[in-house]
Amino acid sequence: MEKNQENISLVTADGTPLKISLARAQRRSKIIAFLMVFPLLLFITIAFIGPIADMLMLSVDNSIVKKILPKSAEALQKWDEYSGQLPDEEVFAAIVEEIKQAKASKQHTKIGSRFNYESSGFSSLFRKTGRKVKKIKSPPFKDGLIKADKRWGEIYTWQVIKQNSSNYTDGYYLAALDFKREFSSGNIKSLESKDSIYLKLFFRTILLSTLITFLTFVIGFPLSYMLSSVSTRISNILIIFVLLPFWTSLLVRTTSWIALLQQEGVINDFLLLVGFINEDGRLAMIHNATGTVVAMTHILLPFMVLPLFSVMKTIPKSYVRAAISLGAHPWKAFWKIYFPNTGPGIGAGSILVFILAIGYYITPALVGGSSGTFISNRIAYHISSSLNWGLGSAIGVILLGIVLLFFVLYHRIVGINNMKLG
Amino acid sequence: MILHDYDYEIYASLREEAQDKLKITYVTDRYGNYIPDIENITSAQEEWLLKKVEEARKIKVNVSSLPPYLSIPERIWHYTFWIICGAVLFFLIFPLLVIIPLSFNEVPFFTFTKKMLAFDPDGYSLQWYNDFFTSLNWQGAVRNSVFIAFFATIISTFLGTLASLGLSRPHMPYRTLIMSLLISPMIVPLIISAAGMFFFYSRIGLQGTHLGVILAHAALGTPFVVITVTATLTGFDNNLIRASQSLGAPPTTTFFKVIVPLITPGVISGALFAFVTSFDEVVVVLFVGSYKQRTIPWQMFSGIREQISPTILSAATLLILITIGMLTTLELLRRRTERLRGVTPS
Repeated sequence: MEKNQENISLVTADGTPLKISLARAQRRSKIIAFLMVFPLLLFITIAFIGPIADMLMLSVDNSIVKKILPKSAEALQKWDEYSGQLPDEEVFAAIVEEIKQAKASKQHTKIGSRFNYESSGFSSLFRKTGRKVKKIKSPPFKDGLIKADKRWGEIYTWQVIKQNSSNYTDGYYLAALDFKREFSSGNIKSLESKDSIYLKLFFRTILLSTLITFLTFVIGFPLSYMLSSVSTRISNILIIFVLLPFWTSLLVRTTSWIALLQQEGVINDFLLLVGFINEDGRLAMIHNATGTVVAMTHILLPFMVLPLFSVMKTIPKSYVRAAISLGAHPWKAFWKIYFPNTGPGIGAGSILVFILAIGYYITPALVGGSSGTFISNRIAYHISSSLNWGLGSAIGVILLGIVLLFFVLYHRIVGINNMKLG
Repeated sequence: MILHDYDYEIYASLREEAQDKLKITYVTDRYGNYIPDIENITSAQEEWLLKKVEEARKIKVNVSSLPPYLSIPERIWHYTFWIICGAVLFFLIFPLLVIIPLSFNEVPFFTFTKKMLAFDPDGYSLQWYNDFFTSLNWQGAVRNSVFIAFFATIISTFLGTLASLGLSRPHMPYRTLIMSLLISPMIVPLIISAAGMFFFYSRIGLQGTHLGVILAHAALGTPFVVITVTATLTGFDNNLIRASQSLGAPPTTTFFKVIVPLITPGVISGALFAFVTSFDEVVVVLFVGSYKQRTIPWQMFSGIREQISPTILSAATLLILITIGMLTTLELLRRRTERLRGVTPS
């Protein structure tokens, strides 16, 4: 009864109940808010999410086989690859016809290199067959094709084609994780460690990124502590030392490390001048892992100092003083009281530096040589040099997965809405 | 005038001068400390005393970083700590400073020659700056950098500000989800964004065009605009809008007269971030662009890879100067925001 009365009594000027009117107003507000966000959302979806999705697709895409060899792929479905027999004449007839067509549109090398990613030798097989396929005019196509290249007479060749004829493939991911599919049995085997490339590179990337994160922490912690303990007037001046490198172009900073570290560079010249080394003993500090670690520690240091500094500023100085006045040794007071309070800053800074380091490309490419390159350099290599886009994408997706994992962690510690810059 | 008990030392040190010159009487307080008799004091005496105490405090603050009760190991640690911090600051700034003299090199290497170290004017030359300002490669790079960064900034600032205004409204649905989508370009490693954009943009014919690079850079710049503008809006007092409305202002007036002036500093610093992001970016340009879209970082990257010439250092020096100018602007903007909000700048 009471409830009813309340409902009746609360109406707006035009007589609609307040509850409905409020809901309507809120809905309108929601729609307006969404309409304001929508243009950017659309733009990001097209200009950014689209490309990422495209890369995801490329890493599993295998539609080229069904596009160029549709009938052969269809006919191979009926063949039992473990029977020990070669496929039927029907399959040979289909593939001869399709290679002829592919040769006309110069597609046969493309399909050859696709299979070549799975098992080496297929590129030359398709190129050679493409040249000779014209001569195979009448059945039996089986004998004709085997005459063109005797590898068509091996069951293994057909096993590879059959097992890679669906529209999607996990082959790129297997390769990116150093696994190999044995087509004669269909089993997946990991490569021996001496042949391993990508796992080693992933491991090195993570190891060096961890080292860089640790170094930025060790160097950045005392600096942030100092900045937070001096007066604002002084810290405003000293923070310029952090902000100036932070805002300076990445290429500028990398260039300066080349000038400093190279064999004929400033540091070697200085060491020579003070007699620390002789002319033959110039240190090799660049084009190796040392170069990458030193340059990246310098480049990423501000990303550690800024979050640490902003957390340390908020820790009241009285905590440590209270601990000391209660009889704690200054070290103990620092370790038990001050240090735990800096936790969020350490977490945020470390994850930020680690996320940035793990995906770095420019600096390792310029100062890393062969022992200091990262997994991202391999991605770039596959995209612009080897043109194995599928493998490049697969490595990229794995790297993205690792980064997103750490970002979720960052979100837990800092929160997306509390992100600040500079 | 109020006397603070922690200033006893100062009063004591002032005692002689105060008593002799200004005839200020000193009394003993109940703790047995000599303090000026502030009950019976002329305004001239008070002024002098205040000034002296203020001066003394300043000196005391500077010295007080090292309290007198510290033991010797603590003092040693204190100085070690400052040396460590000094070394870190040196590590941060030295690589930037070392580039500047090297860019005036006379020889085409990244090293200090004997003449340079002896400050012989013959050891220095402006030839690399001359090269920078006359070479077609570098001038094209400067033009492209400015052109691309300018349009990318306009797109990302406009879309980003609009979205931030929407995101900061009280009834925004799925706020966290949308926010994480919008700032994803900042989180995804550049090499992955570059790879994806390379595939996607070549498919739709934007690879190797200025438009493609501008769109890519605009996407990379929006997170910075969104973050800075939403940060400005977090401290925004919604009562100001209500006040404006209750005083009869239509929504457009409220927007242009109340909201815009308050968020402008945030928008400008967001735009600055977006501009710098585009201006500094190299990975995406390497993949999405081609020689025609070469920017300054692109030119530096290929310069370092192919033939190292100190022209790169002169470009780097100019970029450092730009950075200093930009940092100053940001600092001025920050102070303005705080002043507008009624907070004293720190």
